[in-house]
This record gives sequence, C-alpha cells and structure tokens, in this order.
Amino acid sequence: MTQPILEMRKICKQFPGVIALDAVDLSIFPGEVVALAGENGAGKSTLMNILGGVSRYDSGDILVNGELTEINSASEATAAGISFVHQELNVLDNLTVAENVFLGREPRWLRLLIDRRKINSDTDSILQQLGLSISARTSVSDLSIAQQQLIEIAKALSVNARLVIMDEPTSSLTLTETERLLDVVRDLRSNGVAVIYISHRLTEIEQIADRVVVLRDGKNAGNLEGDAIKHDNIVRLMVGRDIERFYKPPTSTEVKPVAEIRDLRTDRYPASNVSFDVRGGEILGFAGLVGAGRSEVARAIFGVDPSVTASIALDGKRVDVRSCRDAIQNGIYLVPEDRRVTGLIVDMSVRENVTLPAMELYTRTGLISRSLESSAAAEMCQKLRVKTPSTETVAANLSGGNQQKVVLAKWLSLKPRLLIFDEPTRGIDVGAKAEIYELMREITGSGVAIIMISSDMEEVLGESDRIAVMHEGRIRGILERDEATEEAIMNLAVGK
Amino acid sequence: MRKELGTFVLLVALCVVLAILNPSFLSGANLQNLARLIGIYGIFSIGLGIVIITGGIDLSVGSVFALLGVLLSIFLVEWHIPAVIAVILIVGISTFLGVISGLLITKVKIQPFIVTLCGLLFYRGLARFIANDETKGFGSAQGFETLQAAATGSLFGVPTPFVILILISVVMWVVLHRSVYGRYLFAVGRNEIAAKYSGINADLVIAGSYVLSGLLAGVAGILLAFYTNSISPSSHGNFYELYGIAAAVLGGCSLRGGEGSIVGILIGTALLQVLQNLVNLLGIPSSLNFAVMGAVILAGVIVDQLLRQRRAAKVMK
Repeated sequence: MTQPILEMRKICKQFPGVIALDAVDLSIFPGEVVALAGENGAGKSTLMNILGGVSRYDSGDILVNGELTEINSASEATAAGISFVHQELNVLDNLTVAENVFLGREPRWLRLLIDRRKINSDTDSILQQLGLSISARTSVSDLSIAQQQLIEIAKALSVNARLVIMDEPTSSLTLTETERLLDVVRDLRSNGVAVIYISHRLTEIEQIADRVVVLRDGKNAGNLEGDAIKHDNIVRLMVGRDIERFYKPPTSTEVKPVAEIRDLRTDRYPASNVSFDVRGGEILGFAGLVGAGRSEVARAIFGVDPSVTASIALDGKRVDVRSCRDAIQNGIYLVPEDRRVTGLIVDMSVRENVTLPAMELYTRTGLISRSLESSAAAEMCQKLRVKTPSTETVAANLSGGNQQKVVLAKWLSLKPRLLIFDEPTRGIDVGAKAEIYELMREITGSGVAIIMISSDMEEVLGESDRIAVMHEGRIRGILERDEATEEAIMNLAVGK
Repeated sequence: MRKELGTFVLLVALCVVLAILNPSFLSGANLQNLARLIGIYGIFSIGLGIVIITGGIDLSVGSVFALLGVLLSIFLVEWHIPAVIAVILIVGISTFLGVISGLLITKVKIQPFIVTLCGLLFYRGLARFIANDETKGFGSAQGFETLQAAATGSLFGVPTPFVILILISVVMWVVLHRSVYGRYLFAVGRNEIAAKYSGINADLVIAGSYVLSGLLAGVAGILLAFYTNSISPSSHGNFYELYGIAAAVLGGCSLRGGEGSIVGILIGTALLQVLQNLVNLLGIPSSLNFAVMGAVILAGVIVDQLLRQRRAAKVMK
C-alpha cells in the first residue's frame, strides 16, 4: 500500500472547560476521498483548524507523506500541500477571478508589478480544468455563489495542493451545482489529489466518499468503508445510538392562530409574498435551502428591515411593526441565526445581556438597580440551566449552547407571544441541543407560538409540528406532521 | 477600574515628581490655574468621551469654540443682549450643532469622522467670516460684569470652571453609569446590531451623544472665551478636540467604542493639564509642548497595550 499523504495521530486539544479532541486519528491516502462526519461540536472544525495551522494542538503527531510535520500557520499548511475550501466564502468580490486565485502570491514583474498576463492565463487553464466557462478577468462580484465556491477550489488547484479540505462546500449550492461540484471532486481524485470532505448532507457523502471517518464528542466514533457507507450507519455513529426522534407532541394546540402573517415581502424577493398562520402551542418549522428567504421572513416579522411590507396580526389584532422595538413591545422575539453578532453583546456580562431588552423593568426611580438586574439574571440562568460561573461573566466566555440560552433568557424574562428561532442549535453540542428542544416545548406549553427556521433536516423533522418549506422567497407548501418526510421537504425546497 | 488605575498612578507620580523638582507647583496660584484649566477641558472632554463610547468621534469641538466665542462677544459687547439670555443662546446653538452632527451621522449615515471633519472646517470658516477675521473680546464688560466675574472667579477659593466640572461630572456619572441611557450607550458602542436586535433605538442613542457633547461644549466654550478674554477666530480653540480625545483615550475610552468612564476621563484630563504645567514649570522650551504630550500619551498607550497582552496571555494559559 502507498504511504498516506496525511496522518494525524492521537491529536488532543483542550479548551478551557472542554476537551475538544481526545486522541483523534485521521489518515488519508492520495486519490482518496474521506468524508469527515459528526454533529456540530463533535470536533471536526477543531481538527481542521489544527491542520490549517489556525489552532495549536496539545499533543499528538501530524505526519505529511510520512514525515513528522509541524503546522503553525496557514502558509505552513500551504507549503505542506494542504489547501482549504471554506464554508464561508473567502473571496474578495472587488477583485477579478485571477486576482483572487493568486492573492498573496502574485507572480511579479520586476519584483514590483503583478504579471497580469501570467495570472490570467494560468487561471484560465485551471478554470478550464474545473469545467467553468468564465474568464479569469471576470469580476468576482458578477459570479454566482456556486461559481465563487469553485474559485476557492481553483485557488487550491493553483498551489498544486495534494490534499484539499472542503468544509460544507455545498451548503449554499443548488442541486445541479452540487452535482457539478461532486464531479470536480471526482476529477481531483482521479488526478491523485486527496480530499477531506466535510458535509452534513449525508446523501452527498454516500455518493462521493471512499471512506467515512465519524467523530463524536471529540473522539473517533468509527470508520465506514465501501458498501457500509449508508445514511443510517453514519447517523448511528454520529449520534451513538439508533436514530430516535425526540419529538414530543404539543400538549395543547389552540385552534385560533396566535400570529397571522399576510403579504410579507422582503427586499431579497420583492416579487413574492409570504402568508401563513402560526397557532399557539405549536412549533412551525421552516425548511428550505440556504438563500430561500427564510431568515429574511424572520427579520421582517421582527422589524429588522422595516422597508418591506407585511401585515401582522397577533391574537387577531393587527400590530404595526416598524422596528425591533415595536416587535418586542408586542411580544414578538427573535433568537437570531448569528448569536455572537446579533443575538448577544458578547463583551457584556450575562446580566447586562439578559436585562437589555427591557431595562425599564430593572429601574428604581429612573436609575438602574443592579440588585434587581442580578436577581432577575440569576433566576433566568437557573431556570434555563445556563452553565456560567456567575451572572457577571462576560458572555463571550460561555459555550455556544449556554450563549444560546442567554439569548433565550433575554426573551423569556418578558412575555413572548411569538418566538422566532433562526437556526436554534447551530454550532451547539448534542447535550445542549436536547435542552434547547426541551425548552422550546416548555415555552409552547404556555400557549406561545414558535417559528423554527432550520437547515438541519433532523431538527426540522424531529421538532416541528408543521413544516413550511420555502423556495426562492415563497412558501411552496406547509406539510402536516404525518406527511413530512425528508423527500417531501426536499422536493418542495428545490421548487419541484 | 484597572484601566483608570494605571493612568491615576501616572498622574500622581507626575505630580510628586513635579512638586519635588519645582515646589512652586504646589503654590496656590499654580494650583488654582491648573484647576481652572482642568475644569474647562474636563467639561468638553466628558462630552467627547461619551461620543467615543458610542464608537464615534467629534473633531469639530475646537472650531465650535471659535464660533461660540465670536458669537458670545458679539451678543454681549455689540448687541448688549442680557447675559443670561446670551448664555442660553450660546449653549442652545452649541447643542443645536450637536443635533446636526447627530442627524447627519444617524439619518444620512455619514461616518462621524467625516461629518465632524466638515464641521471642523465649516465652523472655523464661519467664525472667521462673522468676526471679519478680527480678534473679538469682552473689553471692560459693560452690562455683563456678573457673568464675567462668575466665569473667571472662584467659589470658596475653587475656580468656577472646576466647580462646574464637578457638578457636571456627578450628573454625567449617574447618566453614564446608572441610567438606562448610559447602558444603551455602552451597548450600542459594543455592538450596534445586537443592540438594535434587543430593541434599542441605536440612532437615537448615538445622536443623543452628539447632542450631549454639543451641550457640554457650549458650557466649556463660554468658560474658555472668558478665560482667554480675547478670541482670535483663526486660532481660538485650535486642537481642542484633540485634547479631548487624548484625555478620553488616556482615561480608558477605546476608539472602537463601548469602553470608558467618567472618572477615567477626569483623570485623563488632569494628566494632560499637569503635563502642560510640567513643560512650563520645568523650563522646557514651550515649543516642545506638543512633543512632550505626544510622547507621554504614546508611552501610556503602549504600556496599557503591553499589560493587556500579558493579561490575555495569562487567560489563555
């Protein structure tokens, strides 16, 4: 057998309070596609960050082509022949394709000027290899998301990477674009390039992977090869047990809708209008591909983008939402997608975050009372089982799951009628996930309506009472629980 | 609190050294003059500090002083407007200028640096035009003797500007550190988007900081005009915005926003004035004035940065 191009042996990494990686092994041979699977927080990103020289590891060995190698920076990773295609696009859209591909290592002319002719011709040949019919001179801002993703791969090819790591490369691609990308991966494989493919989309893994390495809670949970690479087997290793749905039916669903949304238009899809009802006590799931307009709907209801039209009625009464403040005063709250940017002020303490939306509750004679604040924050932390040393701890120092609970604490200390969750458990570990689901059920138990936007199919199927599926700014269908299957959702989500 | 402590230690050390090198530092006259200057500078530095806490900046303060000085002189000396009304007018005008900056920044969405840079140029030009580029003054103060005496005088031996500074500090301390508005200021400065998502009207909070800054600049502007007693429209107030920014930064305000305290700004202001005093008392050529100040501020910021990195390294371990 040939030598593995990369071998990671017994990699350990500890973060304050968490063992992120516990003696993880991973090896890959030239011309092999290894899928790295695992739930959020299983340690995939940590492992890849170590490989990319972004994070340090505490112990273990990394061997590249059989030689012990230290990777301390991104450039050392590149030098070792390792290249990354990230989930978030790292292209600069004010530059051309060629300028992006050669960014930071432009061939020079007289050491000063960029050799444009060379970068353009080299880029053109790489683009051809990728089957992309665009010119190297095109401005990246004119490309689709899928094309931009492929530019990242072109970048990897241009440095002659022997190992390409793709982190959720298809999360924002349509089905045909995904097919195209998988073809590119196959091409790479036949050229002897090794690919580590990280994806939550298990069907893709079934199609493309030669081997699957599953991580669970920072440990190797098992490997699958050949015919054993099956959806159910992967899930079983990821979760550590047979798939069981946590689904608990609502204790009581009011017949009358809590919220009636009519004729909602977003900036992104001004031509299509969205109308739906949410009943008290129910969790209405929102499924769809990234970019289908789900977050835009959430933001519109919450009054973030007030330029769009919508008619919103709560408990039968029309409410006028022009700002987040209006929404909050009417009991409409949003637990946003990106808790570190929009959900929390991470440099402020847990106490300050919890009390921020309704400071007037914590004042005596017009001035803030710390003791009122502290006791309210402490009470919410206890109720939601937030693990924090104290309410004075800065939110940035909490784990993802606990941060999400603090966001929730902000709203539950008030009087919610309609609570919108946008990707409620993204980046949260399995245990905290289950707790969040439990909290959601507790909340609906008191007659509150919940909208849950999620790209996690298991979450949508497992937690929703009904599922609205969006495609290009429209609701293509609302599935009742008994008719909701992965296939039914996907068909609606791709607009079939 | 830790951040202010460093600057405070530096301030005390500087005073001790200065007192040893030149005992006349501790003379009544010197201390009185020092307190007077700290009073004037402190008042507008607090305003600037609050703007900086929102993540903004106000570069127009110095030019506003020139404009206010010229107008005050015209109101009192040429138009014989009653002193009380003149004071109200001046403070009102200054507050109104703050409203304009605030609206341009929050409604038209122009960066604070640009808006107030334009203010710096515009108000200076306006002051020179109104004054016909001639130096204005208060002469023998006919009809507003009480106002002049009050502005340049003392209360129980403490210079009026210092007394006013203390009063304003107490009020602003409550506003910044105990009121809901103060909490909003910090929240918006730390993360404007998350603040909006928590239902805070960020535009109002930010605009409010410029209005407050304008109000305080109005008070300081009147005191400064009477202190210098003659207002040369092309140089009156030059660089004052930078003194204010320096005081706020020395006192622990971060230009990124979200950090700062009233106590810190006061200490920063005092430090700057003692430095100026040091240059005078130690016979350092006054042409070196700016160089000394620049060097000390830089040293302070470097030390602060090093301490911070060390703390961060400790946390990582």
